[in-house]
Amino acid sequence: MNKVIINIENIYKYYGEIKALENISFSIGKGELFGLIGPDGGGKTTLIRILTTLLKPTRGNAQINGLDIVKDFKKLRKQIGYMPGRFSLYEDLTVEENLKFFATIFNTSIKENYYLIEDIYTQIEPFKDRRAGKLSGGMKQKLALSCALIHKPDILFLDEPTTGIDAVSRVELWDMLKKLKKQNLTILVSTPYMDEAKLCDRVAFIQKGKIMEINSPLTIIEEFEEPLYSVKGDDFYHLLLELRKMKITKTAFPFGDSIHLTTNRNIDTHELNDMIEKRIGARTETKKINANIEDCFMAKMINNM
Amino acid sequence: MKKDSGNYIVEVENLTKKFGSFIAVDNISFKVKKGEIFGFLGANGAGKTTAMKMLTGLLNPSSGKAIVAGWNVETNPDKVKLNIGYMSQKFSLYDDLRVNENIRLYAGIYGLKRSEIKIKINKLIGELGMENLRKKLVGDLPLGWKQKLAFAISLVHEPPVVFLDEPTSGVDPITRRQFWEMIYKASSEGTTIFVTTHYLDEAEYCTRASIMVDGQIKALDTPENLKNRFEVDNMQEVFVKLARG
Amino acid sequence: MKAFLAFLKKEFYHIWRDPRSLLILIGMPMVQVILFGFAITNEIVDAKIAILDNSKDEVTQEISNKILSSKYFKLFEYLTDKNQIEKSFKKGKIKIAIIFENDFSQKLNRNENPQVQIIADATDPNTATTLINYVSSIVFDYQSKYLKNKSGGLNVVSKMEYNPGLKGVYLFVPGIITVILMLISAMMTSISIAREKEKGTMEILLVSPIKPLMVIVGKVVPYISLALVNAVTILLLGVFVFGLPIRGSLPVLMLEIIIFIITALGLGIFISTKVETQQNALLVSLMGLLLPTIILSGFIYPIESLPEILQYISHIIPAKWFLIILRDIMIKGTEFRFIIKETLILFGMMTFFLIISIKNYKIRLE
Repeated sequence: MNKVIINIENIYKYYGEIKALENISFSIGKGELFGLIGPDGGGKTTLIRILTTLLKPTRGNAQINGLDIVKDFKKLRKQIGYMPGRFSLYEDLTVEENLKFFATIFNTSIKENYYLIEDIYTQIEPFKDRRAGKLSGGMKQKLALSCALIHKPDILFLDEPTTGIDAVSRVELWDMLKKLKKQNLTILVSTPYMDEAKLCDRVAFIQKGKIMEINSPLTIIEEFEEPLYSVKGDDFYHLLLELRKMKITKTAFPFGDSIHLTTNRNIDTHELNDMIEKRIGARTETKKINANIEDCFMAKMINNM
Repeated sequence: MKKDSGNYIVEVENLTKKFGSFIAVDNISFKVKKGEIFGFLGANGAGKTTAMKMLTGLLNPSSGKAIVAGWNVETNPDKVKLNIGYMSQKFSLYDDLRVNENIRLYAGIYGLKRSEIKIKINKLIGELGMENLRKKLVGDLPLGWKQKLAFAISLVHEPPVVFLDEPTSGVDPITRRQFWEMIYKASSEGTTIFVTTHYLDEAEYCTRASIMVDGQIKALDTPENLKNRFEVDNMQEVFVKLARG
Repeated sequence: MKAFLAFLKKEFYHIWRDPRSLLILIGMPMVQVILFGFAITNEIVDAKIAILDNSKDEVTQEISNKILSSKYFKLFEYLTDKNQIEKSFKKGKIKIAIIFENDFSQKLNRNENPQVQIIADATDPNTATTLINYVSSIVFDYQSKYLKNKSGGLNVVSKMEYNPGLKGVYLFVPGIITVILMLISAMMTSISIAREKEKGTMEILLVSPIKPLMVIVGKVVPYISLALVNAVTILLLGVFVFGLPIRGSLPVLMLEIIIFIITALGLGIFISTKVETQQNALLVSLMGLLLPTIILSGFIYPIESLPEILQYISHIIPAKWFLIILRDIMIKGTEFRFIIKETLILFGMMTFFLIISIKNYKIRLE
């Protein structure tokens, strides 16, 4: 890891009885693309709001660029870019007016930092006189990203930028993030989509206010220890229910067109397939496979229960 | 008049919706078989929501025809509403009512008898494993429970077809799968499922999936056939290929 | 400074680009003035009156004649006994009754204060107040004209001695200015800040280097100007359509109006720090500001006629003090030095609300 740019130490956040965050500690290096992966209500937004100085932690502290997130919040606010989860631009202003407004309140101009947003902004520039409220979901995100970048922040925080937008726009957004990373920007992005984890340098799995795992996606996958098989068959639901009843089964979950099966011991694929076919009286296709990020997330969830 | 729809529960012919000069839904035609899990996919602004609104009797078509559960959506929207279930990520349950009160409310809205309602509430809560949560306010439930409850409630009047609008948005991967298992179960019991989603791995769980681009249905087939046709490994890539044109 | 100007520009865009609220902002004041104005100028005529004259001397007869010859009253009957009054009222035959004390002119000559008692049917308090005012005004008019050299006076309670034309619109125009200013200033600012919260843009403003004070001032300036435009519009309508006088000093009037606008804006900002959605901002503004402004300011009901507890509460309503000032300046032509107390109270409220709203304005999301 490069020089640490975000350092989080034992952060807790309580709302009365509700523990939104519990003992969060990790650090992010300069130029890293870091993913905060987890379902809604897991604490992603709370953590990002604490780091962007919008909320105070109940306990613990964090430094960004050497500045304390509570004490030095004024200085810090100039160095970070933030794109909240909801669409947060002025819908009654045009694309260009929005960008100009955010440039000005950050004491800069579009011209000065245009090179930073050029790639993204040129895609929406043909619509610069259109009101932001009339843009499609993907275009809104591009505008929001342009606005978050216009003051040339050192660190960019994106809260669920891909939620609610379609698969194409999601792919485009991640392409943009990859390009930004090349300009040595540090990026912290949260997402509920597990498949996006593989696009990050490192990820943290966050669930119910706790961090279950922090590592590079590759390492997380490598560390998956349980034997994992993919099973395909015709009557999908019946197959799933029958797999669950087998003694050897630890977990069985649908994954796309197949079922991912973990077992409590290593077993030869053919032997396993025979066992399954015998049980349901129909042909199945069983393969030993490597885990994907979602398998890992679910395994961590089950271990934490 | 109710039409005997044979093998199909949803029949759409040349359905079109225009808003002024903008064509939101452009002459789409398709049929959904009874008991199918039908994935209705598309980019933002592709016309999915508008089409869904027409099929659920909330919006009149500009032209074309749609028969849902045997009723024409234009001439008998009330009958359509009575014979379908509907659940969306945005509107589902009343947060300030308890679990059992929500069930009672919807069962009442769909005209179930008092004696039936009582049995329904117990059955439904039992199946969901929510006995301990029965008296909890829905607003205090975790998102995953809410979604599962909302789905169960959308089936409370045992409709032949249920429309699900992004039912699994934002829930954790395990709950998401539990949700889909509920869908499988309903489907195996003969209920037709019409579902939209942004998780394209979920498209693989569908019997057939359609992909809408710019108001038109650009592809409709089993996930297997779609992947073969576009020579890709997963539905995500099928979608991106189609939507990028 | 550049950032502030950009912010200000944005605020004006918000206002101009929302035709519906713009229409409300500009149209509502005019419609209200005209509606209220015409509704109120429909004076009461030919109200049935009963007179119980216990003296039957020249003074009482002359006053009676004056009253009866006005267009406002029509004699229903002369009474001979006090008990008849109640009967007449109960049958709904009369709206008002007048009782002259016995030995009226003799008491007047002995420099005593003989009593004219006015009883009105208070089931309709507005009409009753108006009628009482009509009568007392006529009585005083008589007194000032014909009884100048008498050292005694007539004993009548009157509340409208400075409104001899008896025109309700004189009283209502200041009231409407008060309500409109409160509404536009407080409600619109609170909604516009709440909208930033609701749409998530507040989060970005907070993490930007723009200072909270600038956000507040930026929100306030457009509405000060709008509110001023409205105040002037209403005044012009009042003067040119309803012939309302502005007897006092215009600069003082404008100064007081500005103080009140800023008080209301402070309240609006304070509300917005406590609510998260536009809907709540609207609700709180309506319930918390509009109703008290209408009911407790003396706009519709005279403060004196309110239950005692409400009278105490009315002291903390800025609109009450503003209304006193407005009526004094516009109708009475009172000089500034006589309304210094009210002005100071209003100024104190302004400072108070501004300080607590700025104190409560959060630099974070909680």
